Amino acid sequence: MERDEVLKVASLARLSLNDQEIGEFGRQLTEILSYVATLEELDLEGTEPMPHAVDASNVFREDTQGESLTRDAALANAPQTDGRFFMVPQILDQKDA
Amino acid sequence: MVTSPVLSHSTTELLSSLSNGDLTSRRLVESCLEQIHLQNPTLNAFVSVDEGYALELADQIDTRRAAGEPLGLLAGLPLGIKDNMCRTGKPTTCGSRMLANYRPPYDAHVVERIKAEDGIIVGTTNMDEFAMGSSTETSIYGPSRNPANPDHSAGGSSGGSAVAVASGMVPLTLGSDTGGSIRQPAAFCGCVGLKPTYGRVSRFGLVAFASSLDQIGPFARDAAGASLVLQAIAGHDTRDSTSLQRDIPAYSENFRASIQGMRIGIVDEHFGKGLNSDVANSVTSTIDALQELGATVHRVTLPHAKYSVATYYLIAPSEASSNLARYDGIHYGHRSEQYDDLVDVYCRSRGEGFGPEVKRRIMLGTYALSAGYYDAYYLKALRVRRRIREDYDQAFDNVDVIAGPVSPTPAFPIGDKANDPLAMYLNDIYTISANLSGIPGISVPTGVSPSGLPLAIQFQAPLFDELRLLQLAAAVESLR
Repeated sequence: MERDEVLKVASLARLSLNDQEIGEFGRQLTEILSYVATLEELDLEGTEPMPHAVDASNVFREDTQGESLTRDAALANAPQTDGRFFMVPQILDQKDA
Repeated sequence: MVTSPVLSHSTTELLSSLSNGDLTSRRLVESCLEQIHLQNPTLNAFVSVDEGYALELADQIDTRRAAGEPLGLLAGLPLGIKDNMCRTGKPTTCGSRMLANYRPPYDAHVVERIKAEDGIIVGTTNMDEFAMGSSTETSIYGPSRNPANPDHSAGGSSGGSAVAVASGMVPLTLGSDTGGSIRQPAAFCGCVGLKPTYGRVSRFGLVAFASSLDQIGPFARDAAGASLVLQAIAGHDTRDSTSLQRDIPAYSENFRASIQGMRIGIVDEHFGKGLNSDVANSVTSTIDALQELGATVHRVTLPHAKYSVATYYLIAPSEASSNLARYDGIHYGHRSEQYDDLVDVYCRSRGEGFGPEVKRRIMLGTYALSAGYYDAYYLKALRVRRRIREDYDQAFDNVDVIAGPVSPTPAFPIGDKANDPLAMYLNDIYTISANLSGIPGISVPTGVSPSGLPLAIQFQAPLFDELRLLQLAAAVESLR
């Protein structure tokens, strides 16, 4: 996996990587992907994908009001809050606002 | 050396000593705390210990017992839980910088169950970061060490839970198993480790790794302990839509049963190249001994088992890359101090908060799910997953259980595979297919190698048949 491709995947995954990681991951992911390529030798025509281990149909429950977290509890672990909301850096430029 | 009641008593003896007054819960918790103080600096099993809470709860339970009040299944027994199970207001770090300061606002289902059954959670145990690893070496707290030889790995990802039980720090712990993370450390350290059927135990409050594979289960010193904990934590929970709506067998009453006529399957490929001879000999001689107890042995084939590692390392990272997208530096978890804009908050917070193995798997999963590769990797892996499961379905037409190794080798030296991800992944070859198929599996100690490292056997059973695994664990114990 080339440097450009590593950077593209990292961008999709929202991960900042340093130069050492970019090099290592390129090499290691190439090795892992060449190992998983052994699946190529199977003819899987007619075999349906199996996303879950135990077949389950949709689960429904009564639509009733339950307890939810208080605002304080929900905000307690936030890196930045004004006591009412999660705080994020400015998203829109002033001129867009 | 202080003697530990945990090391000198079976689970059944601990329970009867507590109920007849020979032992108080206070004394038991104190001796566990002593063992933790004594051994944890070397073995690094616990990453947080809650002494005040544990002693106070022990006193309460002793008082209630003295007053003749009814008590729960785990009454007065100290437990450790893996550091990925939420407890209100207590550290739940997943061995990650990302969650180093996280204090959950709610209890996991299993934590509620332990409290309801009067178990005493004394602390949380070390693990690979976000349960990604087979040796606890990816933990921010550093590796746990094998009680049999501290230069060797405890296994992982639930390594701390295995060490805590095997060293006698506590009699019981919980772990989680996504690709072998209960069974492999149990085998490395020499205790019983059970991965129940997918959905048997609610995942509500378990920090998600790969949601179609994750399952919580017990570590114990014996089959009685594993039965007891499973009895306490199994059952339907509306907050986990994948949790099974099935009756729970009376494990604790029925795990001691004859294995007369039980049909044990063995798979030739399990004994091929790469399998350490001490492990192979121990598994084979244990199966021979079970035959003498009345079991019959049959050859079965699992033709797709050799694809299980490749299949798993596409499916699990794909699910992980999606699950771990929630760590955004906004709602909870680590936030970088320096950033340019909102996207940069995400990228830097995640870049700083996650360690190399977690990043590697997020990268792998993101790649396998990305446009142009989804069919070739993720969807293909899901098709092979069905083939792996169909092999088991056919095998279980003819046998009740499959017996084999847990891991290709006894505990490897710490550092041996730390820089070779693929070598570490291949270590999971015998455990992964149970997760892909959803079936239960158990690791049971069988002895020690000439170099003094624990050896183990694995049994796998059809969906929902944990009871048979516990019966086999009891039968193997009876051989000692």
